[in-house]
Amino acid sequence: MATSSAVTANYVLKPPPFALDALEPHMSKQTLEFHWGKHHRAYVDNLKKQVLGTELEGKPLEHIIHSTYNNGELLPAFNNAAQAWNHEFFWESMKPGGGGKPTGELLALLERDFTSYEKFYEEFNAAAATQFGAGWAWLAYANDKLKVVKTPNAVNPLVLGSFPLLTIDVWEHAYYLDFQNRRPDYIKTFMTNLVSWEAVSARLEAAKAASSSSS
Amino acid sequence: MAIRCVASRKTLAGLKETSSRLLRIRGIQTFTLPDLPYDYGALEPAISGEIMQIHHQKHHQAYVTNYNNALEQLDQAVNKGDASTVVKLQSAIKFNGGGHVNHSIFWKNLAPSSEGGGEPPKGSLGSAIDAHFGSLEGLVKKMSAEGAAVQGSGWVWLGLDKELKKLVVDTTANQDPLVTKGGSLVPLVGIDVWEHAYYLQYKNVRPEYLKNVWKVINWKYASEVYEKESN
Repeated sequence: MATSSAVTANYVLKPPPFALDALEPHMSKQTLEFHWGKHHRAYVDNLKKQVLGTELEGKPLEHIIHSTYNNGELLPAFNNAAQAWNHEFFWESMKPGGGGKPTGELLALLERDFTSYEKFYEEFNAAAATQFGAGWAWLAYANDKLKVVKTPNAVNPLVLGSFPLLTIDVWEHAYYLDFQNRRPDYIKTFMTNLVSWEAVSARLEAAKAASSSSS
Repeated sequence: MAIRCVASRKTLAGLKETSSRLLRIRGIQTFTLPDLPYDYGALEPAISGEIMQIHHQKHHQAYVTNYNNALEQLDQAVNKGDASTVVKLQSAIKFNGGGHVNHSIFWKNLAPSSEGGGEPPKGSLGSAIDAHFGSLEGLVKKMSAEGAAVQGSGWVWLGLDKELKKLVVDTTANQDPLVTKGGSLVPLVGIDVWEHAYYLQYKNVRPEYLKNVWKVINWKYASEVYEKESN
């Protein structure tokens, strides 16, 4: 049986790349304290317990996500594994003083695949607003194209065969303390004030490199 | 047509009446938000007045509004013979119609303790619960565990299977009504485990909400439904 350090090494509650109050007033410290400190932490802790003593123990997180997705017939560890991944990706999708329009190559690609940044915004906003119940909206990259995707509960573009570039969490716990039922206001605040286009650009470069090396 | 919250209750009722009448002329039965049979704060401390007000006035109202819109679009599509639009509208109807159905039951499933909320069921439902689950505590434990285990949004239900003549505990995802789990299932008690039902008060601790909600469950209503449906 693997030592506990081998198991836990793979599944870590990484702190967000900013202080918990750094996104105020757009996303409150209280929200981060619960969302990261309780929800995200529970996904990581529960995942560790869930894989202990199974053949998943010690496997990389993305491996667990793919195998427990099981072509849509979700196995028990999928929820915790995917949510652990999704939340780390979410924190890294934001930064203090973020939001607004991207520049450079990313803007050019958005204009190529959506005809304008405004059209991309409209589509991303609609996906986030109309994901019914719990879920996520994404900007993703596949087959040299950018696209907007919405997913339910813990599902993410990794299991759908594309590279995630940006996400917004639309589970109610992501916005309820700050916005209550007003999900559209939360989405607008995220797009205007929080998106880290630097992170998105870096992920796009990695996705392009990964695509070309496998073709 | 947006209806602003500052409109007086009379004006609001008048507007609702007019739009309902207009749609009824075209043959569609539309829906309005049912009133709660108690004040928003009456279920405290189990469920805060703040949650009750937002849950009723914002969430349930949105389901009603969006359901009516979907029905209007459905009516037009049906009359035009536009089959793909009819099919496309099914998810909006399920989400919003289900939301309206489920919440309408939920408000009746709750009562202030001064009006019997939390009082154990007597009569035939009480006996049936003891027979199927051993005791009320046994049922409560099972429903709380299943409610806590719902991933994402959904409901946990105590239902009557009319065909098999037995009580069942089941969960549904999102706003799916209990009947989507079986055509002969009648909901007796539903507990909303969407985060909006408890987050402002209980935050991430859904089990604590599930522990406390039983103090305001209206078993009298559940008994009435059970007696009516089990004959």
